[in-house]
Amino acid sequence: MIKSLKVLQHPLADSENQLEVLENSLGSIHPTFNEKLVLSGMYPLRASGIDIMQLNLGKMCNQTCKHCHVDAGPDRKEMMSRSTMQFCLDVLKNSEIDVVDLTGGAPELNPDFRWLVEQIKKLGKHVIVRCNLTIILANKRFYDLPDFFKQHQVEVVSSLPSFTQDRTDRQRGDGVFEDSIKALQMLNQVGYGKEGSGLILNLVYNPAGAFLPPSQAALEKEYKMELSSRYDLVFNQLYAITNMPISRYLDYLLSSGNYSRYMDKLISAFNPASVQNLMCRNTLSVGWDGYLYDCDFNQMLDLKLSASGNQHISDFDFVILKNRNIVIKQHCFGCTAGEGSSCGGSLSV
Amino acid sequence: MENHYYNAKDLDKFGNIAEYQKELADKFFSYYGEVFKDSHLTAKEKSLIALAVAHAVQCPYCIDAYSSDAFEKGYSEAQMMEAVHVASAIKGGAVLVHGVQMMNKVKEIGM
Repeated sequence: MIKSLKVLQHPLADSENQLEVLENSLGSIHPTFNEKLVLSGMYPLRASGIDIMQLNLGKMCNQTCKHCHVDAGPDRKEMMSRSTMQFCLDVLKNSEIDVVDLTGGAPELNPDFRWLVEQIKKLGKHVIVRCNLTIILANKRFYDLPDFFKQHQVEVVSSLPSFTQDRTDRQRGDGVFEDSIKALQMLNQVGYGKEGSGLILNLVYNPAGAFLPPSQAALEKEYKMELSSRYDLVFNQLYAITNMPISRYLDYLLSSGNYSRYMDKLISAFNPASVQNLMCRNTLSVGWDGYLYDCDFNQMLDLKLSASGNQHISDFDFVILKNRNIVIKQHCFGCTAGEGSSCGGSLSV
Repeated sequence: MENHYYNAKDLDKFGNIAEYQKELADKFFSYYGEVFKDSHLTAKEKSLIALAVAHAVQCPYCIDAYSSDAFEKGYSEAQMMEAVHVASAIKGGAVLVHGVQMMNKVKEIGM
């Protein structure tokens, strides 16, 4: 099993070193994201509200994917406590935030995962879980996850970077594809992805290499045809997501000599029309320790909210945060390239 | 003029051909864009055809562009190499089928 950058004591485990690479390595060749927004008349970037609360329940994962922006893995111990979850529930209870997006690591590895889902559902909120699929088969205690998800009408979003074993396993580890297919079959069996079931199963594509995703619509069509004919599988939507040049993917880009070329691609594909739909504009990201961020990527780079005094879930103030200025750096080019990218796929612009 | 004929960075300058003849360049790039859109063949299928043709015409710029494009669109290494073999077979076949012409001539003039 691959070790996390943190356990390896790799320099890129430190977010400051990542930011140093992103901010300084390209010299004066490239414009900054800040400059691009100014030129496009969209600076400063501000939130347009808070519709989604994304909770990172911990960095522990049963997989160690090569591109992981969280640097998650079995050797990571950070885990959201029940008391931090309670702070989040208190905020949700008193706000109009309708959607709670649970991520990790593998969020199901948090011992309070099921309790949290039950509490959120009691508040009448919609729950999304970023399930890596293989967790369902990782241990007997997870075998009933499809039933649990169904019982609570949880929307499942799962990574499957290809409908072929080779590409999937290269990115996510040996054996991941086979287990992912088995898990998808289990989800289909309880109704997920099936028309009329109301049980949503969305898949996520992200490139297995140093390139941008192709057209989301064309990929979805191909995935549906191939997964159906090869494995009799169905799903709802495919989200094509761009890999962010941070953490383990940044390490891959640098060690493979692809970093400058990849940043060139991201920057030259800057699409001003994607900016208004960026997920940071309507999402608030909560770290495992309760600190608040504009998005999951800023969380991993330890770029806390600009609003000082409101940086922890225990200090949450909807009025102050709903129109906050968003913290931007060079990695933001990852969300504005081409069709744009977010946790919900391309920004359809 | 540099002392070599090909430079990888020239691929990014392809659009600059419009500097000397804009009207024809615009027509070509418009046509090019249309050709590679999803239609009766998908854009993905067209990418693999382009990869094979790129090898047949031995254009380094095209090989660079369509090796990336075909891989990004999801073709495996084996599929891409098979496409190159198709180009090779057609080119090789094109040479060999002319052997019949050679045979015809030899039979014509020989005793």
